[in-house]
Amino acid sequence: MLYRETGDFSSTYAADQQTFPIRSERYLFWTAMAFAFLVVPFLVNDYWEKSVLVPLLVWSMAALGLNILTGYCGQVSLGTGGFMAVGAYACYKLMTAFPEMNMFIVVVLSGGVTAFVGMLFGLPSLRIKGFYLAVATLAAQFFLVWIFNKVPWFYNNSASGQITAPERTIFGVAVTGASAPPWATYLFCLTLVFVFAWVARNLTRGQLGRSWMAIRDMDIAAEIIGVQPLKAKISAFAVSSFYIGVAGALYFSVWLGAAEPTEAFGIDKSFLVLFMVIIGGLGSILGSFLGAAFLTLMPVLLKNVMVGGMSWPTDLAAHIEIMLVGGLIVFFLIVEPHGLAQLWRLLKEKLRLWPFPY
Amino acid sequence: MSPDFLNFIETVLNGLMTGVMYALVALGFVLIFKASGIFNFAQGVMALFAALTLVGLQTGQMPFSHLINATFGTDIHHWGPGLPTILAILMTMAVMIVLAFTIEKVVLKHLVNQEPIILFMATIGLAYFLEGFGDLMWGADVKPLDVGLPTGGSFWLEDVTTSWATAGSEYYGMYIDTLDVSAAIIAIILVIALTIFSQYTATGRALRAVADDHQAALSVGISLRSIWVIVWSISGFVALVAGIMWGAKSGVQFSLSLIALKALPVLILGGFTSIPGAIVGGLIIGVGEKLAEAYIGPLVGGAVENWFAYMVALAFLLFRPQGLYGEKIIERI
Repeated sequence: MLYRETGDFSSTYAADQQTFPIRSERYLFWTAMAFAFLVVPFLVNDYWEKSVLVPLLVWSMAALGLNILTGYCGQVSLGTGGFMAVGAYACYKLMTAFPEMNMFIVVVLSGGVTAFVGMLFGLPSLRIKGFYLAVATLAAQFFLVWIFNKVPWFYNNSASGQITAPERTIFGVAVTGASAPPWATYLFCLTLVFVFAWVARNLTRGQLGRSWMAIRDMDIAAEIIGVQPLKAKISAFAVSSFYIGVAGALYFSVWLGAAEPTEAFGIDKSFLVLFMVIIGGLGSILGSFLGAAFLTLMPVLLKNVMVGGMSWPTDLAAHIEIMLVGGLIVFFLIVEPHGLAQLWRLLKEKLRLWPFPY
Repeated sequence: MSPDFLNFIETVLNGLMTGVMYALVALGFVLIFKASGIFNFAQGVMALFAALTLVGLQTGQMPFSHLINATFGTDIHHWGPGLPTILAILMTMAVMIVLAFTIEKVVLKHLVNQEPIILFMATIGLAYFLEGFGDLMWGADVKPLDVGLPTGGSFWLEDVTTSWATAGSEYYGMYIDTLDVSAAIIAIILVIALTIFSQYTATGRALRAVADDHQAALSVGISLRSIWVIVWSISGFVALVAGIMWGAKSGVQFSLSLIALKALPVLILGGFTSIPGAIVGGLIIGVGEKLAEAYIGPLVGGAVENWFAYMVALAFLLFRPQGLYGEKIIERI
């Protein structure tokens, strides 16, 4: 009964074109949002915030960004970890240079800095395609992490080479630093993700998004019908890097609190986000969230079952965990190469006719 | 000759040796890419897995001992004194063939006709799986690997090169690891053997036919699936050789799988589809990296090795998007 199309008529084009064209779907969405915004903040505790909710939101943000580049514009990137590092370091520099600045502005500005760096590293995409481009983006990954290790200016000459987030506030409530209350960090991340997911959804179905998709489907054909590859590809790199930069800033300042480039922004993070996008579904906003949820929640669950439930040593559990992650990725690719979002689409098709399919 | 010049030669020689090692890994990539269009990210982990298995068999480790001990509370570590090296290598090869067969049966068979990116992702999944599986089977600690190859510097070479230097200058000879030299020789033998195999045997010709055109190869009666098993076995063998070499050099440990990342710039430099390209690319990257570390490194604070290869490859790609020896990319609508 949750999903019904019957008796739901759209009488205007606007009603037909909206993101959730079916009434029950809208109710479902807004109920979920009301729950996330109004109920969860009262229930959240430190464990849930630090190991489930904030990671989920941060990775969703990163997955959204990569999905714009890889899923919508078809440019495979393995530099996500490096771009997250740019966001994190930009955030750190802004936080320490302007202590009074509102955290929202800091995070958005760090996204802007990352967008600029992303555009620079996106330039080769005009000439290099496919796997060659994927390998070329690895240059960004290794170079950026190296430069954050080597140039003391980026980490304010701190002795350990680490960056540590000082306490910063929004409207008087701390959202970074050790004393930030769980509900505040959660709401801060949730608001950002909500706003930017909304922006992403509307960007991708507008003129810009369509030009990305044209490039993805066949770049030569797109060029012939008048899509400028330069504009489309560079804008995809910029927007995607903006999202990834915001994710990196949140990852460092809200979630981790302190970061060290090699460890926190390694190549494994790039792969992790790429997995989220692939498992969730390329070219789908919902898919980014589903993929991020799958790959953040599954390890937590597995760890609880294996270490807590079966009392295995943690290193053994870690081996089994990556084995299972790898196995599940292969499994999903075989069963549904279009990701979890496609499963949801199929489910909706089924639900429309349930319980009387013809 | 002045010591500076001799140092330069030493750096270049060491770079060439490292380059051969990179080429060894890149070779495995190229073989699979040519035959099946799959960009096999798991190549590095396959090398790790092969080396782990070899060490395990050689020292007589009990597979899954950690898991068994944790589940049943027992304390098993070894099943015996271990196998002689030759036997262990042959057994490991058998394991790699079984692995190739399983991969074809379980993964590749179901992914025929998928987009390259999906296949690439599947091999990353495979890499994760193999990594976890290898660690689970043999333990994650660093293990020394000794297959009887000579190691350490060569005194003969040091003496000879010392005599080259200008009289009176403080020069103590070149340091070149004998292990690197034997690795280079083995790699050269391997490449010649692979070339002969692909030129003069029926299977080798079938491989090249598949590489040229899948459908045409199918139509003349070549079984695509058995070719895939063969190709994955061969690259399993290449992985084993690479695993032995890198394992003997720096111990068998997780970082062994990261050599795959080193092989990537080699690949794009040489082109994904060319065996000579993998060798030449490996040599260029190896020499370039060592020279950069020696001459640019001190200026910017070291560790240039990590990204230099990628930057070279990137700059190179801007002028030649298909790599040195890659097939020319022709796009049609």
